[in-house]
Parts: sequence; structure tokens; C-alpha cells
Amino acid sequence: MNLKPMKYNPKILALVCTYCTYTAADMAGSARMQYPATVRIVKYLCTGRIDILHILKAFEAGADAVLVSGCEAGSCHFLEGNLRARERVEYAKQLLEEIGLGGRLEMFEVAASDAPKWVEVVKEMTQRALELGPAPLRRGQAFHPETLAQLEKVVET
Amino acid sequence: MIIAKRKPFAEIKAMVAPYKKILIVGCGTCVAVCLAGGEKEVGLLASQLKLALGLEDKRLEIGEITVERQCDLEFIRPLCDFIADYEAIISMACGAGVQFIRELCHRPIFPAVNTAFIGVNNDAGFYTERCRACQHCYLGITGGVCPVTMCPKGLLNGPCGGTVNGRCEADPEKECAWTRIYRNLEQEGRLDNMRQILPLHPHDRATTPGTVIHPAYKRRYEAHE
Repeated sequence: MNLKPMKYNPKILALVCTYCTYTAADMAGSARMQYPATVRIVKYLCTGRIDILHILKAFEAGADAVLVSGCEAGSCHFLEGNLRARERVEYAKQLLEEIGLGGRLEMFEVAASDAPKWVEVVKEMTQRALELGPAPLRRGQAFHPETLAQLEKVVET
Repeated sequence: MIIAKRKPFAEIKAMVAPYKKILIVGCGTCVAVCLAGGEKEVGLLASQLKLALGLEDKRLEIGEITVERQCDLEFIRPLCDFIADYEAIISMACGAGVQFIRELCHRPIFPAVNTAFIGVNNDAGFYTERCRACQHCYLGITGGVCPVTMCPKGLLNGPCGGTVNGRCEADPEKECAWTRIYRNLEQEGRLDNMRQILPLHPHDRATTPGTVIHPAYKRRYEAHE
């Protein structure tokens, strides 16, 4: 049996705030707006809860890109959660840059009523993930010759 | 507390390159407060190493543990058996913790932080130096401002001729330590202290490595001073 690599469809993890971006994403769905089916959404009570470790673990688990999206500056329900998230995302970007995964993380601000912006954000991040190609970590797992050989063996037996 | 700064990732990665199974040991005291080597930073470093080596198709088994204090025998001793399962250790503690683990548990050890100084926590993520641990404290005379640390020249009878409008010539962004000393003494009504000539600083006291034995324990350690 011959296993062929599948077409690259980016896996993007979206860590979003329930008050703004999640509401916008919900509205985009209700309004039947079309956007790439590349994001998996994780809802937080506030982006201020997002830890850098959550972002790194997402990449460990094989995400091609991670987007963090919170309220616009000045409109956080917890006053400054989104500002803290921005600082953390900036630091996480440095950590990812150090290990060669730069460009795969971005922070956005999407207001609760701004469903079109959510669509734009997903399109932008998908485009970026497509340009960067699959995260080398995932590619390593999926297309490694040894892994493929093992898979073929399993399938045969 | 002791302030430290994490080493660049490339340096840490190169240090542990020859090993297949390592343990990252965090310290839950000073370096945890200054966000350099606590439990969370252990998690971040482990994750970074896993990702970086995964990108190169290499395998590295990483253990993570954080102890209350790496500079304390009672927290390190129980670690030794655990450490024996690993080929090498990355310690995220200050230099004291790194050395103490190596003394007690015989494994190659690598520091993940550069120890900076004894300082204070001004605000989240913002630390400044206050003490050089010189073993001869002048703070009672100098209005609570350390001339050894806060003056870049360590002048005991300052200020020097370089002070301009109360700013330091070494770093004009900073206030001259002796201006601050003068203001504090003025506020406390103790300006007479300024006339006191301090003798030469006893640098010999700070000869390394230092040892302190509490008077109550002198007999136990048969120490002579």
C-alpha cells in the first residue's frame, strides 16, 4: 500500500475572549458568513487568562499557527486583561522566534459586533499559515519516512 | 531577593545537546518571583526545548520539578534519588542553587539563568539592585541609601565631582546616590552625618567564598572567628 501526503490544510488554534471575539465569531456563524474551516476556537473568560504555556503547548500538539483575539484596547470587561495578553503574546513571539517558529503567532482585537473583522482575521491567519507551510514539527511527524514505513506496516498487518 | 535573568535559548540548548534525558529543576523562591526560574519558567523552557528538538527530529526526554529552595539542604536531599534517573540537570536557580545541587547530587549540571544581583521588585517584571552583600552595612549612617551599591563608584564620602544637578555622571538617567543620601538625612534632621568621615571600606570582609556561622551554633561547627 502506498500512503500519499494529504493536501495541506492549516490547523489554527484561536484563543479568544468570550465577551468580544467569541461573540463576533458566533455572529459570523449566525449570519452564514463564509471563512476557511481552519480554526479551532478555545473560549476564555478573558484573554488575560491566556498563559504563554497554553500557546507553546498548542504548537507541541501540532498547531500550524495560533491566534489570540481579545477586546479592543480600553473595552476589556476586566479592565486590562487584553493588555496583559498582548504583553504575553509579544513575549511568546520571542520564545517562538528563538526556536524557529517565528511568524506563527499573532494577536488581534475583534469587537463583539464586528463579525466581518473575525472573518478577515481568520482569512489573514490562514493565508499566513499557508505561506509558512505546515509547522515543521507536524510535518516531521506526518511525513517522516520512518513513521510512514511504520504506518504502512501497521496497515498491512 | 536574588534577581536573575534567563540565558538565551541557544546557549541552553547547546549545553544539553549531548544528552538524551534531562531534568529541569526550578526554584520556588527568588527566581520564581523575578520570573526567571520558577515552576512556570521550567514549563516554558521544557516546552521550548521539546519544540526546538522536535523541529530537528531529535528526541530528548525532559523531566520537570520545582523545589521550594535550591539553596537549602532539606529540599535538595530528597531530590538526589530522583535526579539519579537523569543524565544531566538544568537548574533554573541562582548560582548558589546550581552549585548546591551539584555538590549533593552527582550529575552534570547546567545553569539556565544568569544571576544578576540582590535587588527589589519595583513592579511586575521590573527589578533594581540595592545590595552588594559587602558584609559591612552603612545604611544607618547614610539615610537608608547604600553608597556601596547605589553609587557606581562606591564612594563612602561622596558625592564625587561628576554629579550634575543631582544626577549621576555614570548614568545621567539616575539620581546621584549622595544627593539622595543628603535629602534623606535632611528630611530626618540628621545632616550631621554628612560631616562624618567614613574609613576605608573593609574589602577583606568580602573575600570569597564567605562563611557565616550563627553564634549559637559555634560549638556545633567548632568555628573560630
